[in-house]
Amino acid sequence: MKRKLVVIGAGMASGRMLEHLTEDAPEAFDITLFNAEPRGNYNRIMLSPVLSGEKTYAEIVTHDDAWYAERGIACRFGEHVTRIDRARKVVIGQRGEAPYDRLVIATGSAPFIIPVPGRDLPGVVTYRDLDDTNAMIEAANRGGAAVVIGGGLLGLEAAAGLKARGMEVTVVHLMGHPMERQLDESAGYLLQKDLESRGIRVLTRAATKAIIGKGRAEAVLLEDGRTLPADLVVMAVGIRPETRLAVDAHLSVARGIEVDAAMRTSDPDILALGECVEFDGHLFGLVAPLYDQARVAADTLLGREARFVVREVATKLKVTGVNLFSAGDFAEREGREDIVFRDPGRGIYKRLVIENDRLIGAVMYGDVADGNWFFGLIRDRTPIEAMRETLIFGPAAAQGGGAQDPLSAVAALPPEAEICGCNGVCKGAIQAAIEGGATDLGTLRARTKASASCGSCTGLVEQMLQLCLGEDFKAPTRQPICGCTDLTHEEVRRLIKTTPLKSQEAVWQELGWKTRNGCHVCRPAINYYLLADWPLEYRDDPQSRFVNERRHANIQKDGTFSVVPRMWGGLTNPRELRAIADVAEKYAIPTVKVTGGQRIDLLGVRAEDLPRVWADLNAAGLVSGHAYSKGLRTVKTCVGSEWCRFGTQDSTGLGVRLEKLLWGSWTPHKVKLGVSGCPRNCAEATCKDVGIVCVESGFQIGVGGAAGMDVKATEPLAQVATEDETVEIVTAFVQLYRENARYLDRPYKWLARVGLDWVRARVVEDRDERARLIERFEISQSVYRKDPWAEQVRRHADDFAPLADLRLEAAE
Amino acid sequence: MSWIDIGPIEAIPLRGARRVRTPHGCVAVFRTDAQEVFAASAACPHRGGPLDEGIVHGTRVTCPLHNWVFDLTTGQAVDEDARIDTFPARIEAGRVLIDLTRLANRAA
Repeated sequence: MKRKLVVIGAGMASGRMLEHLTEDAPEAFDITLFNAEPRGNYNRIMLSPVLSGEKTYAEIVTHDDAWYAERGIACRFGEHVTRIDRARKVVIGQRGEAPYDRLVIATGSAPFIIPVPGRDLPGVVTYRDLDDTNAMIEAANRGGAAVVIGGGLLGLEAAAGLKARGMEVTVVHLMGHPMERQLDESAGYLLQKDLESRGIRVLTRAATKAIIGKGRAEAVLLEDGRTLPADLVVMAVGIRPETRLAVDAHLSVARGIEVDAAMRTSDPDILALGECVEFDGHLFGLVAPLYDQARVAADTLLGREARFVVREVATKLKVTGVNLFSAGDFAEREGREDIVFRDPGRGIYKRLVIENDRLIGAVMYGDVADGNWFFGLIRDRTPIEAMRETLIFGPAAAQGGGAQDPLSAVAALPPEAEICGCNGVCKGAIQAAIEGGATDLGTLRARTKASASCGSCTGLVEQMLQLCLGEDFKAPTRQPICGCTDLTHEEVRRLIKTTPLKSQEAVWQELGWKTRNGCHVCRPAINYYLLADWPLEYRDDPQSRFVNERRHANIQKDGTFSVVPRMWGGLTNPRELRAIADVAEKYAIPTVKVTGGQRIDLLGVRAEDLPRVWADLNAAGLVSGHAYSKGLRTVKTCVGSEWCRFGTQDSTGLGVRLEKLLWGSWTPHKVKLGVSGCPRNCAEATCKDVGIVCVESGFQIGVGGAAGMDVKATEPLAQVATEDETVEIVTAFVQLYRENARYLDRPYKWLARVGLDWVRARVVEDRDERARLIERFEISQSVYRKDPWAEQVRRHADDFAPLADLRLEAAE
Repeated sequence: MSWIDIGPIEAIPLRGARRVRTPHGCVAVFRTDAQEVFAASAACPHRGGPLDEGIVHGTRVTCPLHNWVFDLTTGQAVDEDARIDTFPARIEAGRVLIDLTRLANRAA
């Protein structure tokens, strides 16, 4: 008969344990899993990217419902465990009991709340789980000021995330520099400077006295009398093991639940692991040792011998663009020597701490490429006498190699060097997996778990593939445009700009196209790149366009077309509506439909009728709605302050203004805008490529939304006070997208490649660059801001009819 | 052979096509980047897409509906078990001539 296993807590440690258990012995246990959070296991390390908007919750789920179902795990999520009855061997939950033969406590940790007045006010949050993260995102969407109490790893990640979402952020830290447990003062200084250059204020040696506010948090009062306004207060001063159930069950508990090396508590039928445990005086907060514990706990449950050993861990901060690394002990003490390297120009600082001819600590800021190598030296207590002179320059120099080839650095690592810190995967294991047939990143990840958690070692893992497979390994990032060339979109774009290349023929010739004149994949892309980069020199080639853009209408499944006239900002009037009705009747157009973008679609128009339909629409003042183009489509608006009792700004007027500015421009893929007059967001602006939400104090500009095959909310780009600046930033954003994105990448996909920070630096922070982008957009619009329908009617009306009609001749 | 003059070569765009109506269905006449023309049935055998609206590359055309690619010299689809009928076509003194005898015979 199967034994009964009950697990309390569905976090990363117990999740990994269940993976081992169900893989090694799927039939050994009937498993019941309690979780106080109403969901299963997700990658908690990645909450920071979720907070900053770089990832979604769905992307960080580790075990979904299907995973539990496949393994027959009874999930009791959202249910608190109230008590453990050791005498009867049952766990008592809010909705009933669960008997156990073996019990695993994995209750994790609880955030430490500093005992100051006002700590219970609404608007004071902690940063521990998805609900906390969502609460912060919600608060950030309302804008305003945030105070983060605590300048450690978690606090800084929270601060960066809230800043990325557009809040004014101040970090209040008790110690002299941020992350004092991981960084020395010099690195702490560089970190603080970096954070401040990103607009995050860092107050050190600052103690919180109280949180004040009427009914909700309004400000943080410091011991020195300063008051910091705060719409949101995040407490991130630390965590403590969650031991309540263990204490109540009279298990042995010190700071955490005490366990032996086999992860057993004082009751041999009860195991504990994760952040709730204490082993040999150690508490655990980083994921690597928790995964070791998970392995040991699974073995113990299966009756195998296993011992948990505390090992060195290295720290990285998951804030995009901030590179820091710290490992080992770097306090100054007698008998210790430092090796320091600084490059002020590039903001680089490295310090190695040496004791008794061994490396015992390393702190690095700005350039952390050699971190893993140093970490290996610390962990293995490698004698460094022979390479001491060049040690700080990393493995390449230590081995006498001159060039800083990243491959040679990886090659120099010993087999036991750790590549993936989260999952404790060493170079030898990766090498063995590659030799065993895992010849691409996905397979390698599945087999070894290397780079499967936080992903920061993906580059190293790819280098391992390259090293082991040589020519056979094609880095997955290198995707040629199509079979006509080996070059990627990015390479072709760069060469078009720098060579320079100003015609399709020049591209084919100079870049060695393998085909006579491309194919249906590369031709539209190259045509777009040329017209985007050389708007005045290059002439758009209709024969390199997909039928819709050549015909200025949308082809339907029966070969007829649909026609959508432009309605600026979704506004129309009786005269336009009459013209549309007349056209529909005159040309017997079978279907008239209202679109999702606030336009009217005439479906089933025959190709040869298109010029006359357009001429009639033109006569009523209607122009092309570009519903067919990789270009500006629609600006959807709500009625805003003109009519709506909630409207804060003239969203309709702003929408019309943006549409009149942007229409006619070609872009890498279609671009849709939305402008909502208040946060109720009736124009659904937050799922558009560019979405503006008006608020009392101005305009929140979000970018990178999607509501197609992928559904995604916009990420905050900027919040500005005036309509004029909104228009400027939107224009500059569109131009940056036009100049840099791959053809057929919507803005959200492009943003995922270049990062929102990169974009914000150019269109929000650097005003000169913003002005240059707008200028280039205007140059392009001097060519393209016109009605293509009128031009087709004037110059190409005959092209829409058949060249010849042989039906009559044949009849004669 | 029975050549029919359908119009001047300039009426067909370089790397483009025009449609010709016949009693037996529509025919697409393609012009490549070189001075050469091809004639073929205008409907894609997949879902009837208008091949004269496709992108012409080399001596191939891509259907605008679902990207099936056809070789105009043979009518054979690339990587698909399908083909389109092709008909003789040539340029003479700047005029495009096609011969639809085969099409008429098939229909008869």
